Amino acid sequence: MIDGSASPIDPVVDGRSPAATVALDDVTAPSTVAALRARFPTAVIRSLVVSGQTVVYIHAAQSHAVLDWLQTGPLQRFDYLTDITCVEYRDAELPLEVVYQLRSLGRRADLRVKLQLDPDARLEVASVIDLWAGADWLEREAYDMFGVVFKGHPDLRRILMWEGYAEGYPLRKAFPLRGHWSRAEQTRQALQSNPEAYYSLEELSIADAYHELPQDVKDRLAASGRVLP
Amino acid sequence: MTTRTIEMQLSTPTMGPEGQVRNVPLGVARRPSEQMTEDFGAEHMLVNIGPQHPATHGVLRLVVELEGEAVKRVIPHIGYLHSGFEKLGEYRFYNQIIPLTDRTDYLAPMANNVAFALAVEALMGIEITERCRLLRVIACEMSRIISHLVWAGTTGIDLGAFTPFLWMFEERERIYNLQESWTGARLTTSVARVGGMMCDVPEGWEDGLRTFVKTFPKVLREVDSMFTRNAIWCGRTQGVGAMSSADAINYSLSGPMLRASGVDYDVRKDRPYLGYDEFDFDVPIGEHGDVYDRYRVRLEEMFQSVRILDQALDRLKPGPVDVADPRITLPPKSKAMSDMEAMIYHFKQVMEGVKPPVGEVYMGVENPKGELGYYLVSDGTSKPVRWRIRPPSFLNLAALPKLCEGALLSDVIAINASIDIVMGEIDR
Repeated sequence: MIDGSASPIDPVVDGRSPAATVALDDVTAPSTVAALRARFPTAVIRSLVVSGQTVVYIHAAQSHAVLDWLQTGPLQRFDYLTDITCVEYRDAELPLEVVYQLRSLGRRADLRVKLQLDPDARLEVASVIDLWAGADWLEREAYDMFGVVFKGHPDLRRILMWEGYAEGYPLRKAFPLRGHWSRAEQTRQALQSNPEAYYSLEELSIADAYHELPQDVKDRLAASGRVLP
Repeated sequence: MTTRTIEMQLSTPTMGPEGQVRNVPLGVARRPSEQMTEDFGAEHMLVNIGPQHPATHGVLRLVVELEGEAVKRVIPHIGYLHSGFEKLGEYRFYNQIIPLTDRTDYLAPMANNVAFALAVEALMGIEITERCRLLRVIACEMSRIISHLVWAGTTGIDLGAFTPFLWMFEERERIYNLQESWTGARLTTSVARVGGMMCDVPEGWEDGLRTFVKTFPKVLREVDSMFTRNAIWCGRTQGVGAMSSADAINYSLSGPMLRASGVDYDVRKDRPYLGYDEFDFDVPIGEHGDVYDRYRVRLEEMFQSVRILDQALDRLKPGPVDVADPRITLPPKSKAMSDMEAMIYHFKQVMEGVKPPVGEVYMGVENPKGELGYYLVSDGTSKPVRWRIRPPSFLNLAALPKLCEGALLSDVIAINASIDIVMGEIDR
């Protein structure tokens, strides 16, 4: 469609009837991949259809440009970010994947975009928070659970685990089910970290109370230390 | 929903956040926050709400930055109920994960069970039986009703109305009794299995549900008459926490939150599963995206769920519930004890579990809170490589700072209640 060939994509289809939805799935998903290949010849690694759902693997370096185009591209309009998550396989040879589930609400079409990262190297991808505001907590969770750094995220800190959590990234396959440390050590750390007893650096600074703190507390806060009562 | 505009007597038109004219009762009109800045100066105050606070609906901690009574910023802190379900799922058979799904959205456990079974079945390409399909529809819609009942009751309490809470919980008890007689559990039902259900409904159960379906709308109409035109309720909810449809899409809201903002997307209609396209029901759509519209959408959804339940009961015919494939479902116990082949299959089922082929699937269903998605990755063994829960209230709660822009402190309680969060699902 980029080079002017006839596009099989119907710009606006009311997908109310199930037959229309099925037809959309069959027609749009591969053509989205074709358009993607035409627009970004070097970005697409491979694409496949699994359980009737289209998956596209793209190079991590070009992920932001591709996702931007998928969101704003005139015939794509994947305006709804369903999910961001990561997958690490039991086979350590396989790459770690960052998975974006995209949806076009207007066309009732879905697309799964995957980036592959070397699990032993530094895990870094571009943040898409500027494209979808809903990516905020999803990226924070992926960082919290897998250690993937989303470059450009303004507030990338742990979300489900507490801020001082130092045991690692729980959903990585190298992380044992019961954690790295002994139960006694985990209990000691949990009792020592009293999350209600302190406000985070961010919260202190927004309340202007930060400037009234003694210098040593500021230093410890800057080093992500704890301010215990 | 054909949004019925509420004409209030003694009301004064004010401008809503989107510029639309809303009828707000006299005496509840708000002062703009600019005036407050003069009164209180530029001094900011931090207020910590939760994690142990009844109005946070669970262990949610909100740090609210206030300028006078006007909210400048809200920072939610979550994770107090983090249980590592996704990690735990990687160490369990597929059927053993179903009890974990109970404990995520524990206000609608049956809908979660069904969603997980559907995800595994999509991965394995299993066609379920007609009776199983209808029982699952019934389970999902019963869950929708009890979840919305809890929502309406607790939100009423948050905003100062105690009586509807008692009515709602009385009705909820009736569904819990039905759940108990079907599954043996009130809360942790674990009712679905891959390829079938834990068991068929007991004798006379359908009559009990039919009685509920007949009598429940009367209670709903009473609630409608208590809330919908109530001046206090309208004053506390209309124009509060409004979100435009463009923002709702951008923030990945789902379920009643998305539809209250005017986006016509319901997974049951747009990605039909369980044969929802055969049922005759309407999807209520809001107009203003505020707390009031979310209430109207959820109230109407309960009426629609009753319609679906009624139709499902009409279609429910006797027949097998589980698929007749011994590699997927357990053979009957009597057969397993008398027939050698059935015993072998029984043994393999218990010891090895079902084994989906290598592959992955994302299964999204319309849960009471929004779109629940299960993303399963299988490497061909009997335990998933990755079991991702796409929790609807996690994403809905992420929009709370945006929803609270320009609100007053008391509005934060109303807005937070309107999201309908359940912390078991957010923290997992």
